[in-house]
Amino acid sequence: MPSNKSVSDAPITQFINCRILRDHRLQRDDLWVREGKILNPEKLFFDEEGFADLQVDCGDGILAPGFIDVQINGGYGVDFSQAADDISGGMALVAKKILEHGVTSFCPTLVTSPPHIYHKVRATDRVLVSVQVLPQVSVDDGGPGGAGVLGVHLEGPFISREKRGAHPERYLCSLAGGGLKDLLEVYGSLDNVAIVTLAPEIPGSLEVVRQLKERGITVSLGHSVADLSQAEQAVQHGATFITHLFNAMLPFHHRDPGIVGLLTSDQVPENRTIFYGMIADGIHTNPAALRIAHRAHPAGLVLVTDAITAMGLPPGRHTLGQQDIEIEGLHAYVAGTKTLSGSIATMDMCVRHFQQASGCSLEAALEAASLHPAQLLGISHRKGTLNYGTDADFVLLDDELSVRATYIAGHQVWRK
Amino acid sequence: MKLIILDDYDKASEWAAKYIRNRILHFNPGPGRFFTLGLPTGGTPLGCYKKLIEYFKKGELSFKYVKTFNMDEYCVFHELVKAEISHLDMNTKDYHSFMWNNFFKHIDIRAENAHILDGNAVDLQAECDAFEEKIKAVGGIELFVGGIGPDGHIAFNEPGSSLASRTRVKTLALDTILANARFFDGDLSKVPTMALTVGVATVMDAKEVMILITGAHKAFALYKAIEEGVNHMWTVSAFQQHPQTLFVCDEDATLELRVKTVKYFKGEFLLW
Repeated sequence: MPSNKSVSDAPITQFINCRILRDHRLQRDDLWVREGKILNPEKLFFDEEGFADLQVDCGDGILAPGFIDVQINGGYGVDFSQAADDISGGMALVAKKILEHGVTSFCPTLVTSPPHIYHKVRATDRVLVSVQVLPQVSVDDGGPGGAGVLGVHLEGPFISREKRGAHPERYLCSLAGGGLKDLLEVYGSLDNVAIVTLAPEIPGSLEVVRQLKERGITVSLGHSVADLSQAEQAVQHGATFITHLFNAMLPFHHRDPGIVGLLTSDQVPENRTIFYGMIADGIHTNPAALRIAHRAHPAGLVLVTDAITAMGLPPGRHTLGQQDIEIEGLHAYVAGTKTLSGSIATMDMCVRHFQQASGCSLEAALEAASLHPAQLLGISHRKGTLNYGTDADFVLLDDELSVRATYIAGHQVWRK
Repeated sequence: MKLIILDDYDKASEWAAKYIRNRILHFNPGPGRFFTLGLPTGGTPLGCYKKLIEYFKKGELSFKYVKTFNMDEYCVFHELVKAEISHLDMNTKDYHSFMWNNFFKHIDIRAENAHILDGNAVDLQAECDAFEEKIKAVGGIELFVGGIGPDGHIAFNEPGSSLASRTRVKTLALDTILANARFFDGDLSKVPTMALTVGVATVMDAKEVMILITGAHKAFALYKAIEEGVNHMWTVSAFQQHPQTLFVCDEDATLELRVKTVKYFKGEFLLW
């Protein structure tokens, strides 16, 4: 069928027989794609007198924006924080595999590690090159090879000793009052960094928060014993995220709610939303606590997997960062303890569990994994929605929110 | 004139849709032989459009060889106002969007066969003249479907419009602007004050005219249109002089008619 477009010769695909998530509602409507972006069919009709070249029947499924995971430490045997020879290869493997979970973009997360993990010596073509890990991780939009990398999430080492969780104590750092210089000494570079998690009670951290925010890097509060007032100060300096709410922070107390209190704080600057990561695997957070947070501040809930190396692997002993962990069913512990070391639930599992535990609408559950993380990173004009002109990264689901197919730039990159 | 009275809105919509469907099928359009259809916007024809879409989906009807001409479109040319109203429901403020969402996107009509006046044209009168030329070029309109305003207007030919008028730019009556304000955040400054519309004579040129009228609020207009004389204050009355006019209405729309009129046409309908 000849195409009829005066603006572009590229083929147009029309996804029919589906319900799409648009304007916060599931609507029975078709989704049109051209050149990797969502196309406005009305403009196509009236302005270009164009029509679709290809129609794809979605079998009455749900089309939602592709999921965005802003906290994932590895998976399928790959540990982003390990001194692996092939960093990009490892990331590529995980990026490819998470397409099966509906994830089309992610932030590979590095936990607290010694400086040499962030900087690294690598041999290429018989030339010994001192290479820094972070610039190697390139930001990309993803494709058939795997989900897109939005930037690295650096979780630590500027975190609290008491609340380090699975992070190794000996590599925790304090700040020397030099602002970003201190960070650059540890990290080597802040290129391609999307998020930094730090503890705001660390002296000198407020200045760091301010400078990171100025650089366009999202600052998250976590692994911290900060009280509410310290957390609010960090927010006023530019922090906008909370790393895995409830975990690795002081518990909510009615006379000092701590970081959890940010959900309903009146000190948050106007027009700013505080987002909070939730590991909705049924283990890291009791469903009742999940519901309290959700009901208190539904617009800020961001589903994260915090998935570790063992995600996707069979039960047994594996390595995360500088420590060993033990898998038992859906639980992953620091070997020899009962400290949770991370989650092995996949993103689609988290979406389903969140919807069931909170009783929220399908739309709200899907937005917690797509729209909210995109808003957190300030990229919702490109990702996280199915609005006209945005990247055509989306996922086809059934009514139980199981993933049937994943699409990046309008191309099917995975199918059940 | 034929006056077809159905029990309620849904039945009236279905009757009208079936009529359109049957007319198209009977005409048997094909390559080089298009069925030309005039179309309205607004709340009244929505049920009819839904039914037509149903017939298309069932495979009973195709719009591949149908050319459509819409009656009117708003003019919104100030960029500032465009930006202010861009968040509003497109269906009400822009007839292009109305037709796309309620009809075109659900059927197999080609864009080059769907004609709607362009309210953003640089030379509005030239746009109107070109529209008249397009109608002429396709050999005129087989069936023009229209609605009626509470003030008896057809398209935007409001009270006082010449019954000999052609497609042109019209300033909207205060009544219309006030009625439309609810679609524009209740802010009168945002409501379009001008529109492009086919003229009364443009519609009179069609081979057949079908007017849809439903609801008690249209009853007085229907009375004025068919029981009183031809009068430019109630422009739909012009169709009393058209050889092939069909009024399709529900019971509520007949509330201001004489019992005798209603009984007469109901009796005729049974025979029809």
